[in-house]
Amino acid sequence: MKLSQLEVGKTGVVKEFTDLEMSVKLMEMGCLPGEEIMVERIAPLGDPIAINVSGYQLSLRKREASTIILHS
Amino acid sequence: MKAELRVALVGNPNTGKSTLFNVLTGLNQKIGNFPGVTVDKKTGYCDLPDGRRAEIVDLPGTYSLYPKSRDESIVFSVLADRDRELTPDLIVVIVDATNLKRNLLLYTQVADLKIPVVVALNMMDLADKSGISINIDEFSRKLGVPVIPIAARKASGIDALKKAISFANKIPLQQDNIDVTAIAPGLIAGISEEIKTDNPYFALQLAHQHEHLSFLTPAQSNRIEELEKEFSFHSQKAQATETIARYNFINDLLFDTISKPETAQGESMSNRIDKVLTHRVFGFILFIGILLFMFQSIFAWSAYPMELIADAFVWVQHQLHHVLPAGPVANLLIDGVIAGLSGVMVFIPQIAILFAFISILEDTGYMARVTFMMDKIMRKVGLNGKSVVPLIGGFACAVPSIMSTRTIENWKDRMITIMVTPLVTCSARLPVYTLLIALVVPNRNVWWIFNMQGLALTAMYVLSLISAMIVAYVFKFILKGRERGYFIMELPVYRMPRWNNVLLSMYDRSKAFVLEAGKVIIAVSVILWVMASYGPGNRFEQIDKKYNQPAYKTMNPDDLRHAIATDKLENSYAGALGHAIEPAIRPLGFDWKIGIALITSFAAREVFVGTMATIYSVDGDADKLETVQQKMHSAKNPRTGQPVFTLAVAFSLMMFYAFAMQCASTVAVVYRETKDWRWPAAQFAYMTVLAYVVSLITYQLLK
Repeated sequence: MKLSQLEVGKTGVVKEFTDLEMSVKLMEMGCLPGEEIMVERIAPLGDPIAINVSGYQLSLRKREASTIILHS
Repeated sequence: MKAELRVALVGNPNTGKSTLFNVLTGLNQKIGNFPGVTVDKKTGYCDLPDGRRAEIVDLPGTYSLYPKSRDESIVFSVLADRDRELTPDLIVVIVDATNLKRNLLLYTQVADLKIPVVVALNMMDLADKSGISINIDEFSRKLGVPVIPIAARKASGIDALKKAISFANKIPLQQDNIDVTAIAPGLIAGISEEIKTDNPYFALQLAHQHEHLSFLTPAQSNRIEELEKEFSFHSQKAQATETIARYNFINDLLFDTISKPETAQGESMSNRIDKVLTHRVFGFILFIGILLFMFQSIFAWSAYPMELIADAFVWVQHQLHHVLPAGPVANLLIDGVIAGLSGVMVFIPQIAILFAFISILEDTGYMARVTFMMDKIMRKVGLNGKSVVPLIGGFACAVPSIMSTRTIENWKDRMITIMVTPLVTCSARLPVYTLLIALVVPNRNVWWIFNMQGLALTAMYVLSLISAMIVAYVFKFILKGRERGYFIMELPVYRMPRWNNVLLSMYDRSKAFVLEAGKVIIAVSVILWVMASYGPGNRFEQIDKKYNQPAYKTMNPDDLRHAIATDKLENSYAGALGHAIEPAIRPLGFDWKIGIALITSFAAREVFVGTMATIYSVDGDADKLETVQQKMHSAKNPRTGQPVFTLAVAFSLMMFYAFAMQCASTVAVVYRETKDWRWPAAQFAYMTVLAYVVSLITYQLLK
């Protein structure tokens, strides 16, 4: 399952990335394989989303979120 | 002032780095530029307990040494450039104790450069409050560097930090945290040999960043490139490996030294605020409400200080006219330089108030939410959520707003933002609109509460935003993106604004505006003054001769003076140029007099009112708005006998001012930010063409 498919309030664990360039940027910000992610909210217009990861809030676009694969 | 110790301050954004900088240096700081790049360099001095004086350099906030924006790229080049004067003797890495994991990534990278390091563990008060307990001795022992708990906002722990800075070792003591060499053994050995360094991480960073580092010679850079090919180095893969290794180290470290409360703490305060502020209905209503309040305040609060500044300059001009002997030098100084300076200074109140608001909104964390809410709309037209800040700033002045686009990481998004920001109705257009609207739009109410003049002005503001969006959309297809756009941004927790930070930001921005805009406007004002004060051939002598005739002796001296001034302006170089461009601007409904105003407004738009005053022989300048209005109202076209300023002409003229790039300071700042003359040239060209076409259509439709 992709992070972009996770519903608000639900939690998932990062398994892998589908895009190398994006993964480097996401990992720097604390989104690493094994890390727990919770979707906190979706922007009023449906994109971007805000997630809670490594103890802080990060916002990213759905397109970027779709490169993160979660453990099913 | 000679400092015995140079200290660099490094940390993530939103960790209280600038608060710590202010606490350490007090007001003893200055803003300059890093050599060769337009990134603000903040330095200050701090007296240490052992009597030495340390120079503190505040480096831009960054999440890692791999830069994503222009500001961030300076961090590695300052830390790495070992032979230059900027190289720090000591690095203070500030980390947020409530968010250690992500903060420590940057620490491990910086520590591996093997420059002496002290860690300032900030926000200890908040960490204590949320039940996070950190075994600081163990933490410090594992890292091998001093770790000082502080709370920068409360100025606690600062003495201990100063002590740690003064007793810091001259040699780096930090423990290795990852095996850097394992990432690319052959390449690191090769580069270390080539560049003569014994630091493997420095060598690895050179492999990643050598193209952008000015301290490498082209030969060295080429050699690194060859080595990369030889060892088939893949920058992103290596970076991914490194980041994972670093986080493994950090996870182990935190596992041993930190205990967090297991139970979920319930909903945080920040989350509850977010539920309202980013609500799909209330979120936008509040945002629009805040914007309206901001503009209302900018115009209401700045009116009085602006009047004071304008009056002060008029007083100075008046005094100088009495003191200085009359002549071209005095005129140049008084009517050229000082008048130009007055045109710049008068905008300081508006800019200071606008940036006070922006800095409060940024400080509290609200601006990040605006970016979050607006990103989707902005992306549709080729911009970025982060373009919102410069566009809002554009309502006051494009110059500081264009400087604030540096936070936009994506090159294409940033360029489009720079290209469209000058379309937003800045405060220099306001006097022009006010004058023209008052001239042709009746001052009465429609639908009970809406004043027609107010509606016309609002329409001009809305039009400017819409046109900025449309132009951005067009540029989206013209510009070729160099990299993929992305939007990965921290949403910091809400905090109270730091008031001295707000004051500092007001001061900094106003100063930047005066320096940037000031020198250009003064230069252009002087040129325009010369053009308006001298004429080709002996026309001016003839005018003087004409008015010396006995017939004029009976005239009221004031009227005579105005008649001479008007006659001279018509026959000056500016007047000649006005006549010369008349054929080109006649289809827009403009005559040569308006032509002169268009030319003189190139320095700054608000000059229009002053020029109109001179052309229509009004005493005093812009402060006599009503008199200018009357004169313009009664102005008749000599050929047709019809009024010059009809509805069609006034609106055509407003459209021209709305779209034309009549601002020398903006041209200069766009060049400064892009380092390429083609950008300001393209901007000037498209805006002028747009202004001409829209004015033409407006005039022909309303005529």
